[in-house]
Amino acid sequence: MTDTRPLVPSLWSGFVGIVRRDILLAWKRPGDVLNPLFFFAMVSTLFPLALGPSSEQLGSIGPGVIWVAALLAALLSLNSLFVSDFEDGSLDQLLLSPQPLTVLALGKAIGHWMVSGLPLVVISPLVAISFHMPDQSIKVMAVTLFFGTLSLSLLGSIGAALTVGLHRGTALLSLLILPLAMPVLIFGARTVSLSTSDDAVSAGVYFLAAYCMLALTLAPFATAAALRISNE
Amino acid sequence: MNFLLSGHDLCLFRGDKCLFNSLEFALNPGQLLIVEGSNGSGKTSLLRGIAGLLEFEQGEIHWEGNPLHGHYQAFRADLTWFAHKVGFKDDLNLLENLRFEQSLHSFDEGSVMAVLARLGLDLLTELPLRSLSAGQQRRVALARMLLSKGRVWMMDEPFTNLDGAGRSLVDAVLSEHLANGGSAIVATHQPLEIVGDVKRVSLS
Repeated sequence: MTDTRPLVPSLWSGFVGIVRRDILLAWKRPGDVLNPLFFFAMVSTLFPLALGPSSEQLGSIGPGVIWVAALLAALLSLNSLFVSDFEDGSLDQLLLSPQPLTVLALGKAIGHWMVSGLPLVVISPLVAISFHMPDQSIKVMAVTLFFGTLSLSLLGSIGAALTVGLHRGTALLSLLILPLAMPVLIFGARTVSLSTSDDAVSAGVYFLAAYCMLALTLAPFATAAALRISNE
Repeated sequence: MNFLLSGHDLCLFRGDKCLFNSLEFALNPGQLLIVEGSNGSGKTSLLRGIAGLLEFEQGEIHWEGNPLHGHYQAFRADLTWFAHKVGFKDDLNLLENLRFEQSLHSFDEGSVMAVLARLGLDLLTELPLRSLSAGQQRRVALARMLLSKGRVWMMDEPFTNLDGAGRSLVDAVLSEHLANGGSAIVATHQPLEIVGDVKRVSLS
């Protein structure tokens, strides 16, 4: 009996498989990826236009505005994380696959981050320039956004998994995720504004990195459990 | 005696309605279990319950003699699922979809093209799945069954959207699977023409 047992592909191949599939899907439907990115770019570049060119004022509100725009852009794109899988039956296939759901949930979150969070980190220096941010702040902005968007994708996957069976779960998703996202927003925006006045930023960056690691290790388990519950 | 897959004293409610109560089934290698019943009688729910997608109110499923709770991983390595929704991505083409399957399940990579040719899909590999007809999409799901090495097939209404040739293909494929020592649970309200050891469960 035992020799007929089928071999299960390695965890790594399951993880890479789902990340690759989601990136490929995003590549074939670029609109879904570009929407949150446009939103982020528009919100954060409209502020300088509306407020006028006073660099002092822009410098003081810049970090907050960019961080709020990044948070909202992440929430906007998280809503659809599991919806299409739920609708076309792929979610059942994922739940019934021999690969641990935790690994697949981690793959979904990382895939989401690579198509939504990472591009945002990449364009953030351009946005920061429109706020007259000094050079060192632009670097700090990119680093904090890197950890922040990764945390948001991971935490957001829990909310997206919980609301997957509900129609129009956007408001609920935001309510579920916002409390968890608050530390990211507060520390992210504060660290960047500290860097504009040449204060020490390492504490804030360390906190964001630690928070990101916490999300990386715990969120996939919560997402997997939530998916099993909400797909019943 | 140890069965490959068996259910004891299964009970499931949907809302206040009892779909079935103290239901028993047992399945051995080479056997087919047909779940019959009218619309809304709980065929799909029974299949989803056995697969572990929803919880029974009462009762237990055994896999190779062990309670399924805690042995899901081993069971799922042997399970291939075929449902109303085919579970493929519309935007990807056939080969891209199958390549993803390959990272989840054990997969017979060598015979992909042979299986696609048999199902009449070998010229459609470059098209995104959304441009295939509903029947062709069902055939793609059938390709997943043929390529997986799982011993237990669970099929929910396998004949939906299929033409006459497609139906006899399902019959032939199922008969072969049973002849090779595989097992299957099929929920359907249409007659199957299967050569092999067939058991039935009726839900009312």
